[in-house]
Amino acid sequence: MTRVRDAGPDELYEKLKAYEGRAAAVAGRGKDPVNEPMIRHWCEAMGDTDAAYTGPDAVAPPTMLQVWTMGGLSGHTGRSEAYDELFALLDAAGYASVVATDCEQEYLRPLRPGDEITFDAVIESVSERKTTKLGTGYFVTTRTDVRANGEPAGTHRFRILKFAPARRKPEGSAEAAPADRSRQLSPAVNRQPGPAVNRQPGPADSRRPGPTDSRQPGPTDKRPRPVINRDNAGFWDGVARHRLLIQRCGDCARPRFPWLPGCNACGSPEWDTVEASGEGTVFSYVVMHHPPFPAFTVSDHAADPAEPGPYAVVLVELAEGVRILSQVVGVPHDEVRIGMPVRLEFRRVDEELELPMFRPVAAGVPGGVR
Amino acid sequence: MSTAASRPGAGASRPEAASSRPGAAGPRPGDTLPPLEIPVTRTLIVAGAIASRDYQDVHHDAELAGQKGSPDIFMNILTTNGLVGRYITDHLGPGATLRKVAIRLGAPNYPGDTMTLTGKVERVERVEGVDRAERVDRVERDEPGGGAANVTVTVVGTNGIGKHVAGTVTVTVPVRGGHG
Repeated sequence: MTRVRDAGPDELYEKLKAYEGRAAAVAGRGKDPVNEPMIRHWCEAMGDTDAAYTGPDAVAPPTMLQVWTMGGLSGHTGRSEAYDELFALLDAAGYASVVATDCEQEYLRPLRPGDEITFDAVIESVSERKTTKLGTGYFVTTRTDVRANGEPAGTHRFRILKFAPARRKPEGSAEAAPADRSRQLSPAVNRQPGPAVNRQPGPADSRRPGPTDSRQPGPTDKRPRPVINRDNAGFWDGVARHRLLIQRCGDCARPRFPWLPGCNACGSPEWDTVEASGEGTVFSYVVMHHPPFPAFTVSDHAADPAEPGPYAVVLVELAEGVRILSQVVGVPHDEVRIGMPVRLEFRRVDEELELPMFRPVAAGVPGGVR
Repeated sequence: MSTAASRPGAGASRPEAASSRPGAAGPRPGDTLPPLEIPVTRTLIVAGAIASRDYQDVHHDAELAGQKGSPDIFMNILTTNGLVGRYITDHLGPGATLRKVAIRLGAPNYPGDTMTLTGKVERVERVEGVDRAERVDRVERDEPGGGAANVTVTVVGTNGIGKHVAGTVTVTVPVRGGHG
């Protein structure tokens, strides 16, 4: 196996994160319909004697949701090339072992014998390189939407750690006593809730797994990366070209923002885009004082740019009638006011991220523009 | 059914802790569920893996598990998920319907260990809204005219080497009129 280096810039991560938002499985199909024998075998193994899972009105235990999507010995159906590529990259870099760490399921309707299962899955996120007691690796989170006879039946979010095992003591002498091995290797991942909370909160969404990891010391010096997926990729494409794109319903023409797959007024999945003129007003705002996040301090107005100070998170109502959460630059946080006219600009916040922000329009701004 | 005296498969030990068992009045925030001890046998690990169609070698082949850095085979996450679901419906059923199960794994369940599941009721919310009939059909059938509540329970499973699982479960249970 390739030796994994634990230090240095993480070039692999740059490659891995390009897979965020891409499909992990497309039009997957359960190998078996929901059926009584598999339900019974599951209940036997789990020791579950709930009457709901037997008899003529039987439903499947909801926690079997993922079981119906499993590939078994004959392999998965519908798995995407992107998913295979992502795993091949990790395998080739030496992160060949895998362990599941999180499973979050929501059940929308009961599954009954005879239901045919189909599913789609997306790669939601790939973490930066993390060092755990099992070894060093990357957390990969996928979300699977499961349908029964074509109707939504549940969602299944799954997180795994692809890792290179930490080196163990030489084997082959005596069998390790249970107590020994526990000190050696367990717990697999230290996940006690504690002070190591998500270090990247802020007005933008945070896509990291969050408080799962307490091993990376020091505060994060960058803003959270945007979650780019099939539903919002067009928006971020626009940002890259310095155009703020708003969706417009193809049926009722209502504008909407942030981007959604369907119209929140009429439900239509048809849409096109319009480019925002860039004119807007501050609809509302809050000032974030504590804890300080240097990445969110916009430096060109702070009294001392070296000191991470409070910053205003603003909700701007655009001339087109939709609202966007952002920041106002060019004015101190305590001079932001509701109703303040602002204009769009694109601002580079670090070497790889540009964001739409707003600057007060000079005329009639209390306190003037700095 | 929560009254079953004994059961095959996982976890023969089920102390009937009357003190905190949710009664006819329904679960209330702060209630604790009686603990459930699950002997983590090699058979349970393999049976759970196969019942969940999970043929990863680390769940049935100790030798290959060792080559991947694990001292032995260990329980797969689907089995843990199933046991957590069973623990909740055992103690809040009959008529309890799982809505959400979210779990996070820590210390692995190796053969020979024992996992003890404990649970605490965090929230109880009456179910309202237009989709109620569809979403709580099982509750409706069990108790026509009765109401329903969404109960959120936090669950922890500890074994000999630490915390195997921490999770949050939302379950819909029937409640009698006038409660809540």
